[in-house]
Amino acid sequence: MATLRFNPLRIARPQRLLVSHSSSRPYTINSALRHALSTDDSVLLFGEDIAFGGVFRCSANLATDFGGDRVFNTPLCEQGIVGFAIGAAMSGFRPVAEIQFADYVYPAFDQLINEAAKARFRAGATNLHAGGLVVRMPAGAVGHGALYHSQSPEALFTHVPGLRVVIPRSPAQAKGLLLASIASNDPVLFLEPKILYRAAREHVPVEPYALPLSKAEVLRTGSDVTIVSYGTPLYACVDAARAAERDFGVGVEVIDLRTIYPWDRACVLDSVRKTGRAVVVHEAPVNAGVGAEVAATIQQEAFLNLEAPVQRVAGWSTHVGLVFEKFMMPDVVRIYDAIRKVTEY
Amino acid sequence: MSLRRSVRPLLRQCSLYHMPQTFPERIRLVLPAIQARAQSMPQKPGSDRVHFPGAVNSKFTTVMAFARPGDMPAMPTYRVMDQDGELVDKSRAQPDISDEEVLKIYKDMIVVSVMDPIMYQAQRQGRLSFYMVSAGEEGIAVGSASALDPADVVFAQYREAGVFQYRGFGLDGFMNQLFANRLDEGRGRNMPVHYGSAKLNIHTISSPLATQLPQAAGAAYALKLAHKLDPETNKERVVCCYFGEGAASEGDFHAALNVAATRSCPVIFFCRNNGFAISTPTLEQYRGDGIASRGVGYGIDTIRVDGNDVFAVREATAKARELALQGENRPVLVEAMSYRVAHHSTSDDSSKYREVREVESWKRRDNPIVRLRKWMEARGLWNEELEREEQTRVKKAVLEAFGRAEREKLPALRLMFEDVYEEVTEEQEQQIAALKDVLERYPAEYDVDGYERGKDGL
Ligand SMILES: Cc1ncc(C[n+]2csc(CCOP(=O)(O)OP(=O)(O)O)c2C)c(N)n1
Ligand SMILES: [Mg+2]
Repeated sequence: MATLRFNPLRIARPQRLLVSHSSSRPYTINSALRHALSTDDSVLLFGEDIAFGGVFRCSANLATDFGGDRVFNTPLCEQGIVGFAIGAAMSGFRPVAEIQFADYVYPAFDQLINEAAKARFRAGATNLHAGGLVVRMPAGAVGHGALYHSQSPEALFTHVPGLRVVIPRSPAQAKGLLLASIASNDPVLFLEPKILYRAAREHVPVEPYALPLSKAEVLRTGSDVTIVSYGTPLYACVDAARAAERDFGVGVEVIDLRTIYPWDRACVLDSVRKTGRAVVVHEAPVNAGVGAEVAATIQQEAFLNLEAPVQRVAGWSTHVGLVFEKFMMPDVVRIYDAIRKVTEY
Repeated sequence: MSLRRSVRPLLRQCSLYHMPQTFPERIRLVLPAIQARAQSMPQKPGSDRVHFPGAVNSKFTTVMAFARPGDMPAMPTYRVMDQDGELVDKSRAQPDISDEEVLKIYKDMIVVSVMDPIMYQAQRQGRLSFYMVSAGEEGIAVGSASALDPADVVFAQYREAGVFQYRGFGLDGFMNQLFANRLDEGRGRNMPVHYGSAKLNIHTISSPLATQLPQAAGAAYALKLAHKLDPETNKERVVCCYFGEGAASEGDFHAALNVAATRSCPVIFFCRNNGFAISTPTLEQYRGDGIASRGVGYGIDTIRVDGNDVFAVREATAKARELALQGENRPVLVEAMSYRVAHHSTSDDSSKYREVREVESWKRRDNPIVRLRKWMEARGLWNEELEREEQTRVKKAVLEAFGRAEREKLPALRLMFEDVYEEVTEEQEQQIAALKDVLERYPAEYDVDGYERGKDGL
């Protein structure tokens, strides 16, 4: 067994996936918000501690530059924030509401699931829907967040038709996907992996651009194994793919879903029909996670192409305990091992 | 009848719709309750006031006047001693408290105020992952804890280290939790400062804000019922539930006060109003008269106290406890005012949203520890030398406990999976085996030495 030459316990650095290494600041969320606020008067930005720049500095200077009518602090109440945003969206505005941590979105669950997601369907021909609503929230683990600053709740929302669930992997992706989300006429949950805010540098074009929703991206091509993932674990996926290629000469294709629901089934199925092997990777617990949906779709639609059972590398079926976090999250070793499993099956 | 059955057979079979009693029977069962309510509030002809349930005893008026909060005086703030540690009301008696108890309160505040900067710095040096100080609010926590019975149940938010200290959590208790080591009762799972102790009747702190408030109402109801059912075994107890003025904006706050009032729960809702929720000043948090004014709206006995005045906090809490247990029991709301002089947490830099000058001026102006010290010095209970000794002693004790806790092993890896359910599930067992398998096949990739029994601890 070859020894790996990486330390799985560190979080892979985002720039490894990138072509260009220019030195723009990481605050691309900020630049996307700035662009949206300056080009469309109906865009609003609010949430807890937004006005001074937000706890992750995503809204730095925006209250000063666009005024307190459009960029403002709300009282500390997530159900209020989201309900308020839905009301504004139903009245023709494009509110971008921030939930301070994805772990704190649950008080707003009713508003999201019974209201935002169902508004269009319920209102029918009246056409009074909640499109234009974007709910941003930092998600995922960074190493020391424990139970309530580490969660990846996306599967709770991908279960709900009517919501679009988007998770960008990098600053440049975040900018394009956030602008597309704000422009979308469907309510969007925009989960920002916290690793985005730490990414030291990435070439992020200054000019605005939109990346398509519900379109996956093939990050690297390969003919033997398909890895499907999104957000933070993609960096570990690419590292593991490289190591596996080196150690056992397999070609590993890595796909970033980018939009988790409604998702790009065609892209994933085309890839698996070619490679015959699939590994799905995410931080959230494996039980009833996104991996279950992807794996079930693959076995239903590409059964005859499969050379091995679809593997899921994900969080274990437990909560994120402070000192256990590094054993909880999918890391390079576990992904590498899963690639080996499907190859040697 | 037969037509109905043929039209909706499924509905009639469905157990959800199956009524155990016939309709008139059910009416007969609930009727007495309805009658009792109606009888207590008869709408007499020609009455000068509303007698409906819903607004009892409201007079009719021909003057159309909106109640305007701005026209009402703000609720007063209860004080016992002023900034110089002297009685505000010279005609009243000195606080009814033994020297021994005053010294305990003072020393417990000192412990928190000595531990805080040490742990704050330790976080800055990367030796623990997070910390929150209580600066300026030591009096609220220690003062209120001193008025409770040790058996009273506490739900805290996170800035109440003083409650744990007063009840005897001990420096080792704090340090083991902060370093999340194998001796931590939270089993290394929680972020620092999320203490808990069954022995001390304090529930483990949970980060999501305000969730503890309706739980406190339910817990208080349980205490009340347990006492009613078996007064011999279960003595009367209250629940004391702490929360910030920011957390009071959550829906759970309103849910809690309302259900506690309607079910007459013996719970003290204890708000720490420190002027900020991270960066958000109270002006952007609410427009009413603080949190206290809301208690009145829910029909709850309410008082506002000066949080820098330990005696005021203590007396108000003692009275609140007494009220809570009177008669059929009831909730009480206490709002203690004390400016947050420190950063929100180690993740926060408050100079980004408030003037450092402003903070400095608050710090100079008032402090619960200094106030009590002045009162004690005037009574010959304390002096400069005792202060120096105490500071040195506590600092040494904190550092010793710090060292012990930091050297301890982390909890065994299996604890990562335990306590999700009462028993580890079959699926989890498979995951434990899978993790162990990875650790064994890639030993160079994982460092498990810090954990109790290494990979065998799985
Ligand atoms: C439901 C929820 N939303 C947001 C947060 C993030 N958060 C943690 S502390 C805090 C401010 C709380 O302020 P306050 O209740 O006034 O207490 P203080 O920190 O002033 O003691 C916020 C917004 C959280 N922990 N839980
Ligand atoms: Mg506060």
